[in-house]
Amino acid sequence: MPAIPLKVNGNGHTVDVDPATPLLYVLSDELQLRGPKFGCGLAQCGACTVIVQGRAVRSCVMPVSAVTGREVTTLEGIGTAEKPHLIQEAFIDEGASQCGFCLSGVILTAKALLDENPRASEEQIRQAMSGVLCRCFTHARMVRAIRLYQSRRA
Amino acid sequence: MRRELSRRDFLKASGALVVSFSATSTFAPLAAAQGPFDTHASHVDPLKLDSWLAVASDGTVTAYTGKCDLGQGMQTVQTQLVAEELCVSLGWVKLIQCDTSVTPDQGTTSGSQSTPTNFNARNLAQAAATAREALIGMAAETLGVPIDQLAAKDGIISSKGGSRLSYGELIGGKQFNLPVNPAAKRRSPREWTVLGQPVPSMDRVALVTGTFEFVHNVHVPGMVHGRVVRPPQAGATVANVDERSVERVPGLIKVVVRKNFVGVVAEKQWQAAQAAKQLKVEWKPGPVLPPQADFYSFIRKQPSRDFMLVDSKDVDAKLKSAARVVKAVYSYPYQAHGSIGSSCAVADVRADRATIWSPTQSVYPTQHGISMLTGLPLESVRVIFVRGSGCYGLNAADTVSYDAALLSQAAGKPVRVQLTRHDEFISENYGSACVIEQQVGVDASGSITAWDCTSWSVSLGGRPGYETPGNVITGMLAGFEPETITPRTAVEPSGELRNGSNAVPSYVAGCVSGKCGGGGSVRSERVLTRAVKSPFFTGPLRSPLRLQNTFAHECFMDEIGARVKADPVAYRLKHLSDPRLMDVVKAAAKTANWDARPSPKRGNRRTGVAKGRGVACVAYEGDNGYAALVAEVEVDQATGRVKPTRFVVALDCGPISNPDGLRNQAEGGILQGMSRALGEEITWDDHQVTSIDWRTYHSLPLGIEPPLIESVLIDRPDAKATGAGETAITLAAAAIGNAIFDATGARIRQVPFTTERVKAALSAHGAPKSRSAQTLQTIASLTKPSSLE
Repeated sequence: MPAIPLKVNGNGHTVDVDPATPLLYVLSDELQLRGPKFGCGLAQCGACTVIVQGRAVRSCVMPVSAVTGREVTTLEGIGTAEKPHLIQEAFIDEGASQCGFCLSGVILTAKALLDENPRASEEQIRQAMSGVLCRCFTHARMVRAIRLYQSRRA
Repeated sequence: MRRELSRRDFLKASGALVVSFSATSTFAPLAAAQGPFDTHASHVDPLKLDSWLAVASDGTVTAYTGKCDLGQGMQTVQTQLVAEELCVSLGWVKLIQCDTSVTPDQGTTSGSQSTPTNFNARNLAQAAATAREALIGMAAETLGVPIDQLAAKDGIISSKGGSRLSYGELIGGKQFNLPVNPAAKRRSPREWTVLGQPVPSMDRVALVTGTFEFVHNVHVPGMVHGRVVRPPQAGATVANVDERSVERVPGLIKVVVRKNFVGVVAEKQWQAAQAAKQLKVEWKPGPVLPPQADFYSFIRKQPSRDFMLVDSKDVDAKLKSAARVVKAVYSYPYQAHGSIGSSCAVADVRADRATIWSPTQSVYPTQHGISMLTGLPLESVRVIFVRGSGCYGLNAADTVSYDAALLSQAAGKPVRVQLTRHDEFISENYGSACVIEQQVGVDASGSITAWDCTSWSVSLGGRPGYETPGNVITGMLAGFEPETITPRTAVEPSGELRNGSNAVPSYVAGCVSGKCGGGGSVRSERVLTRAVKSPFFTGPLRSPLRLQNTFAHECFMDEIGARVKADPVAYRLKHLSDPRLMDVVKAAAKTANWDARPSPKRGNRRTGVAKGRGVACVAYEGDNGYAALVAEVEVDQATGRVKPTRFVVALDCGPISNPDGLRNQAEGGILQGMSRALGEEITWDDHQVTSIDWRTYHSLPLGIEPPLIESVLIDRPDAKATGAGETAITLAAAAIGNAIFDATGARIRQVPFTTERVKAALSAHGAPKSRSAQTLQTIASLTKPSSLE
């Protein structure tokens, strides 16, 4: 198997895997990152979301070979417990979690949208979130947290 | 990386290691010689204080609970409980959850029972209260001061004279060696400083920053990856497995076949996924499934196991003499738990012992099941709970734990199993489909004189418990039988009213053996439940049967009220006698500014968007939590789209342990209930389930415009603590259905309220009265249905 160079959360890695391996498996098995998660493996729920060069992508269907040489950021890469990112802070402040398994999809999808379009309308936010699921249905708090992030980053 | 920690390790870490331990520090072998704390199940004796608590020399507290945090906030609120009863601050308490080697056996974390179990007169709360009293007693002895001169605060006991002793000084590193004292005085909710506070959930920072360890993140040394190959059809059996079909898959370690259980193990997850996909398995087809289109009639023709819950013996006579009789039939589909994360578990099964890292709600029952599946002695199996994604009941958490154990045992290595989304949808135990037939007699004044209800539910398998691993798919595939229905005619109700499934409507007196445990005033009552065999595995899904039954009761109550032109809130209150249930109804109505009038709303047009409001209420399981919900909806009559715009919920769960956690549960419950009401339904064709992913099973995404949700919390400091996680969801379908009726005059008696079903109901409502489509929804009343004229 070829050695594949990766840059994840600012750190360089080389992994020996089948280039067709979904990025998610590399992140969670090889690099043991906890942010991106296996939800459906079909790009239908968002739990595996990571940011690749500013865009939210579904790592469960993206072959690892497709991100060679590109910057990959996971949920743990945008902030820490001690120094959370503004959007993480908004989710903490709103208590916007229950089981929390979906949060990579929720937070990173919203972040990618609002970083690109800080003045996104409610309709645009809804559109962006229309492919993201939370089965605990923490929707109300999450939508509040996203709006809070939008207002705080302005 | 995880390593196995024994209770001894935990105690060592918490500074409460006891000198009498043997020198052996590992978990296995588990011989009696190892002393009380390493001899497994029986060693965690719930009657002993040390089974629940240890105080270290620095005064920090380690508490052990058999009720786990599934994302519903139990970790936070149980930590609050221990801190409150022990008079220490929150940060001093470390809670260890659900591990067969270290925590007491508290069965299953389910049924809204965690709070009643650990917050009332036993278990964790009583242990903490016992510890506080014991510490005060020790201080009294040491200081030579009477107990009533001492007070505990922040882990320090002080006397009025100014002497102080810390918990660490009093007990640190030693065991209490005391029984849990059932008479230890609990702190009154009126004195609470930690409980009762809106403490933010303790896991939120780790969750939001992506560092929380889910079971999906467990890595153990030498771990490899497994996938399962499920039968494509319910009931299919293995005819042949062609191992050569995967011999070229890189990294393949083993193809595992055990009766009808098939799986693969490979070095890497991607390799296991490839092998599972490529493995050629010939399956002998299972039986043809009953057609979904007729399923609700099919259910009613099956042999059933019957329970008569109440029977006043005068129902037929009262119905005959009633001024009018109102009838309706409601139906509810199979629904999935549909956890956002497909289930995952890690197992390390060796020749002489096994360790399973599992998202199960029931570590001890799962330990028993894995002992049966692997043939290992019970005491050699350790099950450690590690949170999975929210389960809402019996998702595939138990079955994937079995999968991991079987694959690890066959491969001789630690194996992590990740189910696919398709596996998850066909592997879990669905929430039961139901048909509920209702009829009431109403007198000339519009009061209900008799209530007659028969509810059918379907059942196969369920929670495996301690003895029935065949109750979930993996156990069945490996050769264990699931529990099924043995038909039986109903016997007379005896003992007390059994209303754990809310099969008995709130409005009847619920009299059994001369004692009336119901919530209402209707004394002529008959409630029969009939369980029939399900073609699919079933199991508890958040508010199991209680939601289905409440949907039928609360919509029907609305129908009766509409028939006699009564306001839905007033009509409920008129027939209720349970003061706590009446209070939540009144509170929700008040906060919602309830528009008191009969439904449907007069003057609404039959075109465009119509607005309406509906109400529903429940005494969950009869007495385990009270809730009322007002829903406001908009119905687009052209498209059939239903858009809830506002919910007001009133909740009474006794003394409120954590108002923020309670609100979070209520908000999530209402929206989950709304998703289940509007779109969720398991579908199938002749042979297989066809709702297998998020395109074919419809969950409301984050892109919806969330309705406004207001929660009214009724605190009852003097009452017993009840469950609170399942009350709000129980009401969503009924309140929404009643609001649709209010808006449009169309009654939808079948969940989910899809756009097609709403449109059909709207056109049926608009159509002439004699219509065959309504045969199942016969209206035997003398009056015609309320209409919008």
